[in-house]
Amino acid sequence: MEVLEYDVVVVGSGLAGLRAAVAAALRGAAVAVVTKVAGPRSHSISAEGGMAAVVHPNKTGDSYELHAYDTVKGGDFLVDQEAAITLAYEAPKEVHFLDSIGVPWNKDPDGTFSLRQFGGMSKPRTVFAKDKTGFYIMSAIYKHVKGFSNIHLYEEHLVTRLVVKGGAFHGVVAYDMRRGELRGFAAPAGVVATGGGGRMYRLTTMGFLNTGEMYGYAMRAGLALRDMEFVQWHPTALVPAGVLISEAARAEGAYLVNRHGERFMKRYAPERMELAPRDVVSRAIYLECLKGNGFVHESGLCYVGLDIRHLDPERVKQRLPLLLELSKTYAGVNPLNELIPVRPAVHYFMGGIMTDIEGRALDRDGNWVRGLWAAGEAASTGVHGANRLGSNSLAECAVWGRLAGEAAAAYARGRRPAGELVAEAVKAEEERINGLLRREGGGESVRGLLKELQNLMEGGGGIVRSERASVEALKKLTDLRGRLNNVRISDGGRIYNMELREVLELEGMLLAAETVLLGALLRQESRGAHYRVDFQNRDDRRWLVHSVYFLYGGNVMTKQRPVNVTRWMPEARRY
Amino acid sequence: MKSVVIKVKRYDGKKTWWQEYKVEAPSEKVSVLDLLVKVKEEQDPTLAVRYSCRMAICGSCGMVINGVPRLACQTLLSELKAEFITVEPMWNHKVIKDLVVDLEPDFEKVKKVKPYIIRDIKEIYETDKEFGQKPEELDKYYNFAYCIQCGLCMSACPVVATHERFLGPMALNAGYRWSADSRDQGWKERVKIIDAEEGVWACHLAYTCSAVCPRGVDPGFSIQLLKAAMLRKAKRP
Ligand SMILES: Cc1cc2nc3c(=O)[nH]c(=O)nc-3n(C[C@H](O)[C@H](O)[C@H](O)COP(=O)(O)OP(=O)(O)OC[C@H]3O[C@@H](n4cnc5c(N)ncnc54)[C@H](O)[C@@H]3O)c2cc1C
Ligand code: SF4
Ligand code: FES
Repeated sequence: MEVLEYDVVVVGSGLAGLRAAVAAALRGAAVAVVTKVAGPRSHSISAEGGMAAVVHPNKTGDSYELHAYDTVKGGDFLVDQEAAITLAYEAPKEVHFLDSIGVPWNKDPDGTFSLRQFGGMSKPRTVFAKDKTGFYIMSAIYKHVKGFSNIHLYEEHLVTRLVVKGGAFHGVVAYDMRRGELRGFAAPAGVVATGGGGRMYRLTTMGFLNTGEMYGYAMRAGLALRDMEFVQWHPTALVPAGVLISEAARAEGAYLVNRHGERFMKRYAPERMELAPRDVVSRAIYLECLKGNGFVHESGLCYVGLDIRHLDPERVKQRLPLLLELSKTYAGVNPLNELIPVRPAVHYFMGGIMTDIEGRALDRDGNWVRGLWAAGEAASTGVHGANRLGSNSLAECAVWGRLAGEAAAAYARGRRPAGELVAEAVKAEEERINGLLRREGGGESVRGLLKELQNLMEGGGGIVRSERASVEALKKLTDLRGRLNNVRISDGGRIYNMELREVLELEGMLLAAETVLLGALLRQESRGAHYRVDFQNRDDRRWLVHSVYFLYGGNVMTKQRPVNVTRWMPEARRY
Repeated sequence: MKSVVIKVKRYDGKKTWWQEYKVEAPSEKVSVLDLLVKVKEEQDPTLAVRYSCRMAICGSCGMVINGVPRLACQTLLSELKAEFITVEPMWNHKVIKDLVVDLEPDFEKVKKVKPYIIRDIKEIYETDKEFGQKPEELDKYYNFAYCIQCGLCMSACPVVATHERFLGPMALNAGYRWSADSRDQGWKERVKIIDAEEGVWACHLAYTCSAVCPRGVDPGFSIQLLKAAMLRKAKRP
């Protein structure tokens, strides 16, 4: 058994994790990045559209306050407003940082950043690198990280446990897939940057590794989650694979049509039509399907058509090359003369590990778990509220990644890692995992259970929710939790045992799923991405509150916390 | 529905064997990755495969399919035009398990060429300074920056197969991409590394690297551009 000692341990190597590592390393900390992916392959790499930051306020008459306001309104006023201010002020510095390490941002002929206008943003303020922004960011920062001698990457290491004792963080335990062993990482400071959990759902734009188990593990370690019921569905994911077709398509003028060839958005959002906010468009597609106006794919999925046939082909080739490529490869259609089959898919988790606006991870009472930060999609800083605006997430990852990394390095200075505590935790984990591997167990297969989870989440935590559906899904979930104890791992080996990884992931996912469903059930209003057929309006009198989730005696419990309304009073959200 | 037989070369740390699976493909448009995932779901959860994005951008799923190094998630059944598919781990790499190989040596080689902007550290972290890059400066390296580090070119290269220290197309392409960036000042440093027997001069111009690259990066061409710049003694390639 091995326990390695560091100043700072970062969990996750997406944009948030790597940005944290760089920030901490620059302050002289010895940093371990522990991550379950290999190389630069975290899902940040698939971000397409761009990153929001007010880089040239004079060029467009933009301001930091306006960016913050748009974010607050986009989040349907469930946003902690000072967090939005932090995002707006810090994001431009991050764009410059990424520029200086080699991200090939699109530039205008005068050498300034090119800007795009995203949904819900009142000015063009999204910088981008073609339609592959995440790819270029990740390629640059991954190589940059590798240039630091004081950052060590531990790849294909699944973190199975956060070690928290006496209100403080001490390290993590990880399963090293390549060597087939458990390893401990002891450090006085940690940053959790594990991204979203799209794979709890059947259809998602996220990669296979975005399973979201860390939400559950965090609760096990005594941390609280917040606002988990707010799950963003992107309206245009390719059928059947769920690969994202960027909002840029509709920004360029694409239509959405049903099986009668009708531009149905005119019945849902007569003014903005296809460019209404994501939640509105996703719901419209859902309802069209319900009414039998959708197409039916050979996989049984209902979908609508994204139509770009009226656009100038040359312009499409210039501006939407990825759309052409993806449609051809993954749906076998040529968008220049066929409809692109699309439907909504899970895209982003607004909620996550509850933090304050500096990114410090909190327990259910709002106390800081000393030494621990959370950043990126895994965290809930309160910046996105009930709905995230497109391109605010990459900004969030970079901003809070840096803030967390810097603070963690400062905190770690002069503190010693508690190696023995972590060694104990490794031993306990070792026994638990051996137990799993040895278990004779019943006939449940992990992939079978996962499929059931994905279906029930769509039923009870989907685009349109109701009390009945959520109650039913919660019942099924309880059943799944029981059956997880009967799962059989047929792979007896330890090296690259994917089944073992999947079982460990599923444990955390089931806990996370429960928070989503519980929130979907309890929140008796409709706000942002959370829509209830039985409570169709926003209710600020009762529900202008955050939902907080935590484990108590092994059960998921929930309570409420006030929203920080410091600048802008809630108003109707019209576009 | 169509029945397909997939023959997979497996390895469990001790022995290697071929295993056949028969799967029902729901349509011709599914990828080889979809089929492998289906095998894992329905028949054999012990099969090890590395994948994540399933949209040909993360670079995880390189393998040799019907004798050609390719991304499994980008290779559709309809293109293969075969009822019988063979899949083996990427050549020229150590196998960890089944289709999962060790890419660490490739990444180490990339690291050797200093794949980042080299200039005064203060300039990098002094955040409000903008380096200003024009569209035409961008065009010089944009395509070469699209490498997803999948390692397929390393797997296809006949020189890599026999010359262990050869930096290879993945790393040399990175050497070109970073040196050709107008923000970079590291060409002199990098020449020391790549103007060597295990650098560009080992390349035999087989061009198999460019032929298999799933992203059209053309690493073979970047190697030639590096050679040309060195022969010209240019300030940057
Ligand atoms: C297709 C797509 C396109 C998008 N486009 C945009 C866009 O244009 N603009 C924008 O702002 N946002 C976009 N988003 C959202 C944005 O990309 C993500 O929210 C963001 O990249 C998340 O980054 P992250 O660093 O938090 O997590 P990720 O990049 O998802 O990384 C998570 C990391 O955590 C690690 N990890 C997770 N669990 C464990 C564990 N148990 N043990 C060890 N490691 C673990 C993983 O290995 C990984 O390294 C897009 C999202 C998708 C899915
Ligand atoms: S150059 Fe092409 S084949 Fe080689 S690693 Fe990069 S993307 Fe893969
Ligand atoms: S799974 Fe990402 S490239 Fe194939």
